[in-house]
Amino acid sequence: MKENLYNYILGIADNSLILGQRIGELCGHGPSLETDIACTNISLDLLGQVRSYFQYAAKIAGDERTEDDIAMLRKERDYKNVLLVEQPNSNFAYTIGRQFLFDVYHLTFLAELQKSTDLTLSAIANKCIKEVSYHERFSSDWVKRLGDGTVESKEKMQEAINDLWTYTDELFHQTKADKAMVLESVGVDVTKLKGDYYKRVKDLLEEATLKIPESKWFQKGGKEGVHTEHLGYLLSDLQYMQRTYPNMEW
Amino acid sequence: MSKEQLKNLETQFEARIARDEKIEPKDWMPEKYRKTHIRQMSQHAHSEIVGMLPESNWITRAPSLRRKVALLAKVQDEAGHGLYLYSATETLGISREELYNQLHTGAAKYSSIFNYPTVTWADMGAIGWLVDGAAIINQVPLCNTSYGPYARAMVRVCKEESFHQRQGYEIMMKLANGTMEQKDLAQDALNRWWWPSLMMLGPTDAESIHTEQSMKWKLKRKSNDDLRQQFIDQTVPQAELIGLTIPDPDLKWNDERGSYDYGEIDWEEFWQVVKGNGPCNRERMKARVGAWEEGEWVRDAAMAHAEKKQERKQKQVV
Repeated sequence: MKENLYNYILGIADNSLILGQRIGELCGHGPSLETDIACTNISLDLLGQVRSYFQYAAKIAGDERTEDDIAMLRKERDYKNVLLVEQPNSNFAYTIGRQFLFDVYHLTFLAELQKSTDLTLSAIANKCIKEVSYHERFSSDWVKRLGDGTVESKEKMQEAINDLWTYTDELFHQTKADKAMVLESVGVDVTKLKGDYYKRVKDLLEEATLKIPESKWFQKGGKEGVHTEHLGYLLSDLQYMQRTYPNMEW
Repeated sequence: MSKEQLKNLETQFEARIARDEKIEPKDWMPEKYRKTHIRQMSQHAHSEIVGMLPESNWITRAPSLRRKVALLAKVQDEAGHGLYLYSATETLGISREELYNQLHTGAAKYSSIFNYPTVTWADMGAIGWLVDGAAIINQVPLCNTSYGPYARAMVRVCKEESFHQRQGYEIMMKLANGTMEQKDLAQDALNRWWWPSLMMLGPTDAESIHTEQSMKWKLKRKSNDDLRQQFIDQTVPQAELIGLTIPDPDLKWNDERGSYDYGEIDWEEFWQVVKGNGPCNRERMKARVGAWEEGEWVRDAAMAHAEKKQERKQKQVV
């Protein structure tokens, strides 16, 4: 099995899986019907993307494992998503802040992944980028609305950005699999995306009349499988059926 | 307007309906027609929105990625139905805010079926198969109802509902053909959802207060009991096909009627749930009111932002 490629795909897909699962929690509980529909749609897009990635990963593994085994039957330390996407829906500002800080990265990442020499990955990126550019527009618009809305919404949006900021730097860390895949021109060199990312984020925060957090200390660990305490509970839900009723088809 | 003029308008109005013409928002309509439609259409919209809750309860725990994605899409469809049913209701001169307020204060009802809990994954199958199945039977005739915006909304709603029903049945089929444990899940879900699904088609004709007038306006084409019979006759063979048993010992084919005879429905339970004493009435209302109240600052922000943008635009023009 091409282990680096397999791990590389999981690294990408886990972000979408965990974020899709998180937003899925909100379905039916949104602040308005329109935002409810939009958030459900984002969750749907992300999980659809996950299926493409994991089906490809299962093919590479070349054994009995399925997309669901990969998604739902790993141990907590084996999930490689960044810490940002597992953060809870504390309120709508956190949901939007998390989405925005990830979408800006996701969009630039996919633009690069389209150039991958791995044709499957480039095709998936090509399909996903259309969806993600909508996500990015949705979350940016809401950061602007909440940032430049009422006094209360500004406070809440600022607080969310301040709290989530510490998870942004990890987006640009490289794992062993990342480095190996960059060498083969399969993977994206995320370290090169950092400049554009922070520029785009800062420009938008300014437009939203929000302050750029000054903190220079960043959390990391998700890509190596060391997560925040939030992930375990998310996985309990995600894995519940597969663990309770093992080896069945649904 | 004189009494005679009013009478005249009413006669013309009834004649239009009799000719199967559609009534449009700007047309004259009797006050009772308007009120009845607001009541029924908003009740329908509320049912879509409250109906999201029992199913969204399983989104995070769906057993496979394929099922998770399908369930998200289904619940999203329901939100969409809610959206255009609210919009269609708004054409009768009432705001969405007022409609929500009626729901939140208990002045407006929603389908009682959503006050039952979804306790296992199999309930996602049972709801799709039975609840959406019963809903379709109720709703297909509404594609030809007299009020244009409602009729048009229902065409789309029915298309999507029939897809949901097949999807629900497919979940049940997979369970029924699965392991013993899965088959038990399916049978248990059928046992719990069967009777509430029958109740969903409304009280017996003798007790249904709105039927006569609604028939005249084509808001209703068949009586509750006829619809119920149609649902039973359609569903029993589907259960048999996948080896599940309808939980009614009195269920028996009646050759003479060409229909199934069925057992007594527990109407006491039905009225208790309507009155607010179902297993989840309180949770459902709490979830809806909670989402609305917690979302207030978000909606306020969106309004404030839109106003600021507008002001800036005007300043630029000046």
